[in-house]
Amino acid sequence: MSAVVPGPVMVAAGCGGTGRELAAYAGPDGLAGLVFVTRSLTLDPRPASTDPRVAEVPGGLLHDVRLPNPGLEHFLATELPWLVRAGVEVVVSVAGSTMGEYADLARRLSRAPGVAGLEVHLGSPDDVAAGVFETREPFHAASVVAAVRREFPADRPVLAKLRPDASRVVEGARACHEAGATAVVVGNAVPAAFPDGRSAGLGGPAAAPVALRCVLAVARALPAVPVVACGGVHDVASARIYLEAGAVAVQVGSALVHDPTTVTRLRADLAAQHVSHSDPQEDA
Amino acid sequence: MAERVAVGPHEPVHVVGEMVATRRAGAYRHLTLTAPGVPERFRAGTFVAVSVPGHTARRALWVHRVRASSAYGPTLDVVVEPTGPGTTWLASQPVGTPVTLTGPLGRPFALPKDPVACLLVGDGYAAAPMFPLAERLRERGCAVALVVSAPDESRLLSALEARRSARSVTVLTADGSVGRRGTAADHADELVARDVDVVYAAGPAPVLRAVAAAAERHGAWSQVAVEVPTPCGTGLCHGCPLPVVGEDSVDRVVRACTEGPVVRGDRVRWDVL
Ligand code: FES
Repeated sequence: MSAVVPGPVMVAAGCGGTGRELAAYAGPDGLAGLVFVTRSLTLDPRPASTDPRVAEVPGGLLHDVRLPNPGLEHFLATELPWLVRAGVEVVVSVAGSTMGEYADLARRLSRAPGVAGLEVHLGSPDDVAAGVFETREPFHAASVVAAVRREFPADRPVLAKLRPDASRVVEGARACHEAGATAVVVGNAVPAAFPDGRSAGLGGPAAAPVALRCVLAVARALPAVPVVACGGVHDVASARIYLEAGAVAVQVGSALVHDPTTVTRLRADLAAQHVSHSDPQEDA
Repeated sequence: MAERVAVGPHEPVHVVGEMVATRRAGAYRHLTLTAPGVPERFRAGTFVAVSVPGHTARRALWVHRVRASSAYGPTLDVVVEPTGPGTTWLASQPVGTPVTLTGPLGRPFALPKDPVACLLVGDGYAAAPMFPLAERLRERGCAVALVVSAPDESRLLSALEARRSARSVTVLTADGSVGRRGTAADHADELVARDVDVVYAAGPAPVLRAVAAAAERHGAWSQVAVEVPTPCGTGLCHGCPLPVVGEDSVDRVVRACTEGPVVRGDRVRWDVL
């Protein structure tokens, strides 16, 4: 099952710009083979706001999640072809204000050349403020996944990105998997607030223990469900913690703010470790 | 076949450099850094983003000067005002400290094709990019008038050096501790009126706004380096919103770190900045 989940390292949704910004830091092999989850796309463009959206806190970043994006048309016309030409494995993150919008996005993306998979955005810290369909109830999250799955080819993965809510994450993962999600992504931004009281999501190392708790819970309760972990991954050691907890892949987000070469380095380091681990067996 | 992405002559690089000199100058700290590849790619108005250990967000710094060669090879000088934990850490590091940085970032000042009369206004530490800009403009035969301003003497950047880079230099301090009293905003009209074709400015928003407005009144072009917080500096986090009016007259919000920091002064929506 996990063979169809892209990985083991992905760029987390909303953390890799349009992809082009990473190109300068990708090393001699460029972005070829990079698993890139796009920023969350909605059918219509959503303008960026002028309020400051990112603030540093000890161990992480607060950011607000109004999902600014150029809309599906513009993405299909400009960003997607560029990513495909660069050899990127494109996983498109989709967000809708209604279930129908999710289905529409999935249908149109299923016909777009070069879309390797979808990630269904199901858990920003403040969906209502963001104008995204409310998926706090696992039943609603599962309905969205089912709607997307119906429109998207069965041989391509649909990932369900859940909120890191320790008390309900197992329930959410089970429901989404039963609804057809290939894997669940655990470790969206943790609900938080800016000092001025505006809603925010907390990402980075500070969020890692919360994500780990959720990954462990899902991996133990639902061993058949592939889990992709996200939260504070910045090097091999921080990735290993999740992989040893049962995750099949990790996503890199806030670490790219600190160092834009993180994902390139991590891919290389994990591959090197993999080679050195498997060599003795091949010799034997 | 995947497109190979070559690192072009002006594309930023992410490198570990070293602090090779550090000195206090008034309220600021001047740091000289090696950063392989960065000085070679620098153009006036671009900046560097430093990764501070233990902090996720990075600190953006103006480049004051690059040297093509020194005992350490190519180096760059940055100016730091220690205000928060990141800049304080940076300002207190000894020579020999490894410094991880990305640069050069952002869009530089556009240089005129013809030798025209230029007014350069730099306030506080943001005056840093005006010095390399003055040099480039002089190489092109432009007449360069430089205004260096600050709240007080301790925040005035290198007035002495200014006299080497420009034909005329005006020093302003808000408290009158040195030079003429007042802010660049107070004197904007009078400064721009003197037969200026292009105005370049870097500093706090009120200064930029006043200077850009004066330029517009007097029929001059203006280019302003707008300073907004840039948590990554590389276009990834969308944390640096800069409200502008596009070429198509449509209001939009761009990323200061990639579409800026230098933009045309008449394109900034100052009211919502
Ligand atoms: S500072 Fe992160 S996108 Fe501009």
